[in-house]
Amino acid sequence: MAMTMTQKILASHAGLESVTAGQLIEANLDLTLANDITGPVAIREMEKAGFEKVFDRSKVALVMDHFAPNKDIKSAEQCLTCRNFANKHEVVNFFDVGQMGIEHALLPEKGLVGPGELIIGADSHTCTYGALGAFSTGVGSTDLAAGMATGKAWFKVPPAIKFVLKGKLQPWVSGKDVILHIIGRIGVDGALYKSMEFTGEGVQSLSMDDRFTICNMAIEAGAKNGIFPVDEKTMAYIETRVTRPVSVFEADPDAEYEQEIEIDLSALQPTVACPHLPENTKTIGELGRIEIQQSVIGSCTNGRIDDMRAAAAILKGRKVNPNVRTIIIPATQEVYLQCIEEGLTKIFIQAGAIVSTPTCGPCLGGHMGILAHGEKAVSTTNRNFVGRMGHITSEIYLASPAVAAASAVAGYICAPDALK
Amino acid sequence: MNAKGRVFKYGDNVDTDVIIPARYLNIADPKELATHAMEDIDAEFVHKMQPGDIVVATRNFGCGSSREHAPLVLRENGVSCVIASSFARIFYRNAINIGLPILECEAAANDIDDGDIVSVDFDTGVITNETKNRTYQAAAFPPFIQSIIKAGGLLKSLKERGE
Repeated sequence: MAMTMTQKILASHAGLESVTAGQLIEANLDLTLANDITGPVAIREMEKAGFEKVFDRSKVALVMDHFAPNKDIKSAEQCLTCRNFANKHEVVNFFDVGQMGIEHALLPEKGLVGPGELIIGADSHTCTYGALGAFSTGVGSTDLAAGMATGKAWFKVPPAIKFVLKGKLQPWVSGKDVILHIIGRIGVDGALYKSMEFTGEGVQSLSMDDRFTICNMAIEAGAKNGIFPVDEKTMAYIETRVTRPVSVFEADPDAEYEQEIEIDLSALQPTVACPHLPENTKTIGELGRIEIQQSVIGSCTNGRIDDMRAAAAILKGRKVNPNVRTIIIPATQEVYLQCIEEGLTKIFIQAGAIVSTPTCGPCLGGHMGILAHGEKAVSTTNRNFVGRMGHITSEIYLASPAVAAASAVAGYICAPDALK
Repeated sequence: MNAKGRVFKYGDNVDTDVIIPARYLNIADPKELATHAMEDIDAEFVHKMQPGDIVVATRNFGCGSSREHAPLVLRENGVSCVIASSFARIFYRNAINIGLPILECEAAANDIDDGDIVSVDFDTGVITNETKNRTYQAAAFPPFIQSIIKAGGLLKSLKERGE
């Protein structure tokens, strides 16, 4: 029976020769992940149900990134719950302030996720690791509690949509524009319960950071996971990071797909998702003049080094508009250090932006950049729902780091080529 | 098992950020958390909701964040059931895992209006709109999911299996 790439990974972890779409399976997990918001709920549920041990202390990851560094006493208590749990169970991969970064940038960087592996995380953007050819998906705290306790999870084997990528991206067009274009095309439930499998000759031109961004927002189309084939770029990325043997899976040539969608990368323009849904996309030329009061560059979607370099290339020698609060958040300590070493941090500060320690903060309206009533922000984050970044009348426009940086300078949303 | 109550009706893509805004996710106590349910799209929700009442919405209910706090605050407010044309997949799993009954039924989701009195028979999947005097048939859960619901949630079902 021909299988998609996702189905092959699921079959191998369920100890089955093959699986078909719709089949319910129980699969072994290579890693479980929780953060300071979902972790405490999972810990409480696990303890309440009477599970006394984690299945493998090296396969449980806890990352304090959402409201950390602790924004208030309640957040401090939540991190404390996670810290106590990590100590009690001798959890190897507990990342606290100083080591932590935004979870979906951090785990690939630390080599904790690799090709062919199966990961669940109590965070919807866990689907990011599909960029490495892994199956990874977001779950709630109870599923995560069960995963931490037993090392297993149940899944309904998903059908898939095949995205055939052709050509090469134009300058200032990035992975963010690719995924926003796709979500605009298929809608926020266009891939509901399904895999998004990216393939075609266009894949090779995409950097790993572009692939992380694309898989990261698969959930914004309702997908269970997004996944890329493993190629030389993937192997080069994991070479110094993943020391254990990895399994490379490929979709069968005759695998069944519910739908096949061709994307010509060379035809894509800088794309923006307007309030209040990621599917409300417009190309920058269709947008009109939208003045902004804040620009956020960071998050699990766009806080990696490629994103920082794109922003710096635009901000170098320029000043941000005095009406735009520009907040740049490298996603991990490694990215932060790279920004310093490459001189990007200096460029940002000289341009009038601020550079923050890693945190999810503003993306979900937690801290570090909350919007007042009626304010508009351009943001490289992943959701523009009502009230997501602050007051319910505030508005978020999702865009790439290049667009967010250019917009910070201009004071309104624009592409880099609009700047003098 | 049955439910009966007044309907709170919403549209497409009700996301978990409006079901429970992230700015409250530092609150550990479910009862305190529940006082903020739906406040960004329906400030009256927590005041008008009576135990047993039913939430009905159209497409992609519960999209966005994986926060289990979303089905939890609905349950804490006494919501007996959520009916929608379709659910986002993480919300769907979370609701089953914590024992909040949910039903997928496009006909019911499209036809039921805010304020209708609706009853639900979970064994048969029959939804009755008592205000309009109409019935709708929801899809039945697969046996595996029924076993989780019967056990009272995922963790209890795992314990029963001796994990």
